Amino acid sequence: MNIDVAIVALPLLGALIVGLGNRRLGDHAAQYITSGLMLLAMVLSWIVFFDVTGSGVARTTEIFTWFETGTFRAAWAVRIDQLSAVMLIVVNTVSAMVHVYSIGYMHHDKSVPRFMAYLTLFTFCMLMLVTADNFIQMFFGWEGVGLSSYLLIGFWFDRPSANAAAIKAFLVNRVGDFGFALGIMGVFLVFGTVEFKPVFDAVLTGNVPPSFDFLGYQVPTLEALCLLLFIGAMGKSAQLFLHTWLPDAMEGPTPVSALIHAATMVTAGVFMVCRLSPMFEYAPIAKDVVTIVGASTAFFAATIGLTQNDIKRVIAYSTCSQLGYMFFAAGVGAYGAAMFHLFTHAFFKALLFLCAGSVIHAMSGEQDMRKMGGIYKLIPITYGLMWIGNLALAGVGIPGVYGFAGFYSKDSILESAFAAHSGVGMYAFWLGIIGAVMTAFYSWRLIYLTFHNQPRASHEVMHHVHESPWVMLAPLFVLAAGALGAGIIWYESFVGHHMAEFWGQAVHFAATNHVPHEAHNVPLWVKLIPLFAGLTGIALASYAYMVQKGLPAAVAGALRPLYLLSYNKWYFDEIYDALFVRPALVLGRFLWKGGDGAIVDGAINGFAWLTGDYLAKRFARLQTGYVYHYAFVMLIGIVALVTWYIFAFGK
Amino acid sequence: MESFVSLNLGLARPEIFLAVASLALLVLGAWGGDRSTRLIGWASVASLVIAIALTATDGAAGLAFNGLFVADAFAAFAKIVAFGAAAVAIIVALDQMARDGVVRFELPLLMLLASLGMALMISANDLIALYVGLELQSLALYVVAAIRRDTVKSTEAGLKYFVLGALSSGMLLYGSSLIYGFSGSTSFETLAAALAGEPSLGLIVGLVFLCAGLAFKISAVPFHMWTPDVYEGAPTPITAFFAAAPKVAAMALFARVLIGPFGEMDDQWRQIIVVVAVLSMILGAVAAIAQKNIKRLMAYSSIGNVGYALVGLAAGTAAGINGLLLYMAIYVVMTIGAFAVIMAMRRQGQGVEEISDLAGLSQSQRGLAVALAIFMFSMAGIPPLAGFFGKFFVFNAAIAAGLYGLAVIGVLTSVVSAFYYIRIVKVMFFDPATTPFDRVPGTLRAVLIASVVVISFGFLAGGPVIELSTAAADSLFAG
Repeated sequence: MNIDVAIVALPLLGALIVGLGNRRLGDHAAQYITSGLMLLAMVLSWIVFFDVTGSGVARTTEIFTWFETGTFRAAWAVRIDQLSAVMLIVVNTVSAMVHVYSIGYMHHDKSVPRFMAYLTLFTFCMLMLVTADNFIQMFFGWEGVGLSSYLLIGFWFDRPSANAAAIKAFLVNRVGDFGFALGIMGVFLVFGTVEFKPVFDAVLTGNVPPSFDFLGYQVPTLEALCLLLFIGAMGKSAQLFLHTWLPDAMEGPTPVSALIHAATMVTAGVFMVCRLSPMFEYAPIAKDVVTIVGASTAFFAATIGLTQNDIKRVIAYSTCSQLGYMFFAAGVGAYGAAMFHLFTHAFFKALLFLCAGSVIHAMSGEQDMRKMGGIYKLIPITYGLMWIGNLALAGVGIPGVYGFAGFYSKDSILESAFAAHSGVGMYAFWLGIIGAVMTAFYSWRLIYLTFHNQPRASHEVMHHVHESPWVMLAPLFVLAAGALGAGIIWYESFVGHHMAEFWGQAVHFAATNHVPHEAHNVPLWVKLIPLFAGLTGIALASYAYMVQKGLPAAVAGALRPLYLLSYNKWYFDEIYDALFVRPALVLGRFLWKGGDGAIVDGAINGFAWLTGDYLAKRFARLQTGYVYHYAFVMLIGIVALVTWYIFAFGK
Repeated sequence: MESFVSLNLGLARPEIFLAVASLALLVLGAWGGDRSTRLIGWASVASLVIAIALTATDGAAGLAFNGLFVADAFAAFAKIVAFGAAAVAIIVALDQMARDGVVRFELPLLMLLASLGMALMISANDLIALYVGLELQSLALYVVAAIRRDTVKSTEAGLKYFVLGALSSGMLLYGSSLIYGFSGSTSFETLAAALAGEPSLGLIVGLVFLCAGLAFKISAVPFHMWTPDVYEGAPTPITAFFAAAPKVAAMALFARVLIGPFGEMDDQWRQIIVVVAVLSMILGAVAAIAQKNIKRLMAYSSIGNVGYALVGLAAGTAAGINGLLLYMAIYVVMTIGAFAVIMAMRRQGQGVEEISDLAGLSQSQRGLAVALAIFMFSMAGIPPLAGFFGKFFVFNAAIAAGLYGLAVIGVLTSVVSAFYYIRIVKVMFFDPATTPFDRVPGTLRAVLIASVVVISFGFLAGGPVIELSTAAADSLFAG
């Protein structure tokens, strides 16, 4: 079997063995089988990554045809190019680390095999998504990760809140998936195929009808398709308006949050836009929409992150915000920068989540930062790793010497936005800068609230605080290595001078797209301002939470409406509840009680009563047993028939 | 008159053989008495088998007896089904009646004579021939219904059948005389020519009476009233015979009369058939729900089934007749199978016939329960069982002929009838068990297995049968 296929098949194998074996295997076997297979898949993906990015030769292994009816054809394939190779190492590295981490984190749980099987199943689906060579397989993976995400958010199904969050995630994603599905149908309608290569070739040779007719309107083809597909990306990547499920998804176990809701699944939307760069490049309006939505999300989610008290929710909003950065990078045409940030972010955000998991583990399951504090001496390793993650997130570094991972990727995103020299580019640039200040602020707020000052937890909890076991810490070191080195090592390849060789044909830049080049020629102040923004945020947080400790409360009081807006997440849940959920419930209740209960059931019961109880008994009573009654019925019958004919034909 | 002496006896070989055989066996019976019952019985079965062979091998079509008798593919198909059903009925009747202590050599003979009557009905090409064939069949059946003359129920059934049958014969004859009066002919050939053009009212009234007489024989509503009582009163093997072979013959006759001589008047007779079909389907579906006796339930079931077959006739097309033939062939197998189970319902030698007696049958006699379940599902029209295809073909023909309302009513009533068919399954499989039945005798076992195989796997070999029935239906329209 070829190595590309093995990468995809190993997680499937693990999911099948552990999923079907379940309790018969026992906890340890389940953990070691899945983790072992994932570590193997991780090693193989790194091999493939260096192979592909070194040789620059993309390849596709077609496993077998999935279905073929007329021109509608889709195959199970493993497409390995630079783009999918980057995703492979991201997915498999983080996944392998999370698998190992889970051995420690979940060891108390009642259903370890189920958890491991879900995690591995998720990994398989994610790999199907990123290695697809057609829209249908991508959609399969897309829905597969949605399903695994649903299963894992609701993993503790005895908690009502977890079930509610799982359902919410599934339903909100349905909105996005509907757009995605429509987009795929549109692609088939316009191009007559759902395979990437012929579709891209048609676009690049200009072989696309400029518009199509929809309900009497002339709709520009590529713009419409790209926008529909982007709706799918918005749902999966929790962008503004479809973001509400992501913070609630933190109901799942923390390793899940790290793998699915930070590093991999939520970045699928970004990956999709980059994968479809040959289409998006020729849909300027759609690109502008991507930029605006991304920039708005980056800003909006950061404002919410400022005031949240749940340690995981802060990181969740941070994820949402960082995804916004990736999107607006892709929107201005800097796909390399978008993928670069996706890559670095996966390491440091997974690190942050797993550190948060370590903290929660240490605090006996407590997630509220108001009940933490003063534990940095008790769990120094976690504390140190958290610093690394946050420094990477805030994008700290010394220009020209060294920087944490986010320093390179976030800078290149902001520079690209500036280099777009367009209205939406500037909108994204400035919101991105403000967002960077807030990012650094809430990151250090998190550190100070969690680790510093007086302990606010109960004495008993404090007594139990302990450093996590090595099986949990070791993966953190691997991720920390990524947070420390991913930026400086791959900067030149992803967005620097070796960019063209690195990406090859995997990402397409239109002839008119000068953004990746211009990004290197921006004024000095543009290069420095992201770092300055990060340092400002750190300084503000340090002042407010370490020096002038009354300040946050005072500011919250002075700007109460703003504070409430942020604290209540801009009231999105409340608005959606009033706009969609309640009307849907009312309609559903009406259709259930009135439509189904009264009309459908009533009609069926009524009909059954009419035939079974009423007519049947009366018919049976006609059968008196008297011959003359029977003869009478026959005569009545013939009289009726003859009468009918005399009237019908007798005229 | 084309030719005066066109006897063409060769075309009627099966009928002539049956007539000679029955007379010979009658002599044997008169000489040997009831001791020769088994011999006569098996000889009758053999005669029917030979008659089937004669029918099947002789593909010639044409007129015999100066145009009174017609042989064609349609007749051949219907005869084979009727003969086959009669043969199986004789086999089980011999066995079952012997168990009840009734050993009479007349029984197989009468059934044989009835079969001869059926054959003559199927091949009738003249109103007189029609009547003679019909009466030969009916008179034999009246006696057969009352064969257990020591029981009140059986004699009552025979008498009721006879009295009402006489009334229906009167209607039929009255209709025939009107038709003759208004057209001047009794021959189907000349009638067809005479009826072209605007039909007179007298002729239509005659047609109505004729149809009423035939509707009685197939027990279509409102001429069905005798059916539940006779089905319940007659001994079970006799009921099985009544429900199968005569229905096929009468239905074939009905189709021949309406498509042949009255083919031009299809706008007129279709209205009768539609009304009768709708009433039969509704009554068959609804009235059966209230039944507790399984034989009465089967009576209403046969009324409903006749309604479905009439849907094919109402279409009036070759596809419709094809559907009718297939439906009746499948119906015959299902009916014989179901009655075989009913005959197996004995406790300490005594037959029981309440639906509640079937409770928990799946635990005591799983094979029997599964067989009846298959028949019931087939009657309810569940694919891939044969009953589904019967319904499919008639409804399809009705749709093609534009009779949407009829098809919709048909589908709706089969939903209603599914209720009582499947309720029997429920009683057998989910109700608490009662005393088990006696061991099922070998003959019934064989009949059951054969019917189950045909009903369950018939669709695998349906192609050749459908080819035959299509050819049969086409032959009716050729003339």
